[in-house]
Amino acid sequence: MNNHANNNAYVLNIRNLNLWYGKDQALTDVSVDIEAQKVTAVIGPSGCGKSTFLKVLNRLIDLVPSARVNGEVLFYGEDILKNHVNLVNLRTSIGMVFQKPNPFPKSIYDNVAYGPKIHGIKSRSHLEEIVEESLKQAALWEEVKDRLNQSAMSLSGGQQQRLCIARALANNPEVLLMDEPTSALDPAATHRIEDLIRKLKEDYHIVIVTHNMQQAARLSDRTMFLLNGELVECGDTETIFTNPEDKRTEDYITGRFG
Amino acid sequence: MEQRYEFNKSLDTLTQEIIIMGSLVEKNITRAIDALANQSLEIMKEVIETENTIDQMELDIEKNCISLLATQQPMAKDLRKIGAALKIITDLERMGDYAENIAKVTKRIGDEELIKPLIDIPHMAQLTQGMVHYALDAYVKENKEQAYQLGENDDKVDHLHNQVFRELLVLMMENPSTINQATQLLFVSRSLERIADHATNIGERVIFLVSGERVKIND
Repeated sequence: MNNHANNNAYVLNIRNLNLWYGKDQALTDVSVDIEAQKVTAVIGPSGCGKSTFLKVLNRLIDLVPSARVNGEVLFYGEDILKNHVNLVNLRTSIGMVFQKPNPFPKSIYDNVAYGPKIHGIKSRSHLEEIVEESLKQAALWEEVKDRLNQSAMSLSGGQQQRLCIARALANNPEVLLMDEPTSALDPAATHRIEDLIRKLKEDYHIVIVTHNMQQAARLSDRTMFLLNGELVECGDTETIFTNPEDKRTEDYITGRFG
Repeated sequence: MEQRYEFNKSLDTLTQEIIIMGSLVEKNITRAIDALANQSLEIMKEVIETENTIDQMELDIEKNCISLLATQQPMAKDLRKIGAALKIITDLERMGDYAENIAKVTKRIGDEELIKPLIDIPHMAQLTQGMVHYALDAYVKENKEQAYQLGENDDKVDHLHNQVFRELLVLMMENPSTINQATQLLFVSRSLERIADHATNIGERVIFLVSGERVKIND
């Protein structure tokens, strides 16, 4: 499906990442490698910097005027924090799905075709192909194929979230960033999204922020634990959840603080 | 209030229940050998009654563990604790079965005079009962080193079992009329040897609980 011809073990290498909102430091010296073809979960208590971390990875953080960043975020070796980076291309390669489904108030079709159109794809048949393919990948096609022209707002919450995933996939990204993608969904919709994420990791590199420990344990291959803006521990998910190295990780995942 | 007060309390209760179940098993090992040595059907009945309690405790504790897994979403050490508990009660229940089997030999031997004074078998029973006690103590204290030490005693019990086996074999060859009773005593020795193995298993669960490592103590 995706023809990202690279055999790199890592997609992103984050080096000494520091971030301040005004005078408040939100991330302190975070260094971590995001592995290819894996789901990496970012966990930690509210306000620990999870979402901030995610937003740095596709420079959505630029939209926060008070944010100041230093350090390196290497995307296949290229530092995306450099000024000359083309943000449109970057955000095409590194797509994002948010906590609350946020479809455009347009038709289902237009939601998915939006990105490709902006990137200059005009051929109707090509667009239709992308829309179908993306909706299929997002496991939504069967449910909406007969009503592509209806408003996206008519879909259920779980469907809207899958539509947002389809919208991100339509840009043919390499990395998907997901910020608590299921926290607004019911259990059945949550499990559908989780199944989808498991399937998607064959073709995409995924970083997911979640407050749900069981979800992180079920879904991810690697887990990183942030606390007060610092990376406490990053390791194989199984190890983190059965036998973490750091006492603070243990206390957090067992619910003794946080 | 400390965080997760209710859950912490449930975990403490779980440990306590395992200790109670374990002490019943210990008692039954000793009493089973008493029944045998004294050829007492009374004691045998006591053992069987206690065994029913042990079986019921296993079911109750298992139910508690499953309910904690379902409702508390345990992680890390909490998860290991409940996982270890589920395994430990299985070992304890099995030990209880062996103790019952030993007690029932009393009935099969009946009033027959014992073919030899019971020396090695009570010694084995003492060792294995001690191992169960030591294993549960290691569990309560979460003491990894203590758990590892169970291996040495397990070797001793294995050695005694071989010794008993050889002795009984010689007796049977010398005098075939002893075969019935000798075979029964062999079962007893074999049961004790198995109890010691299960005690060693508990030690392995303690090591898992403390460190997350899965090891074989006696390989």
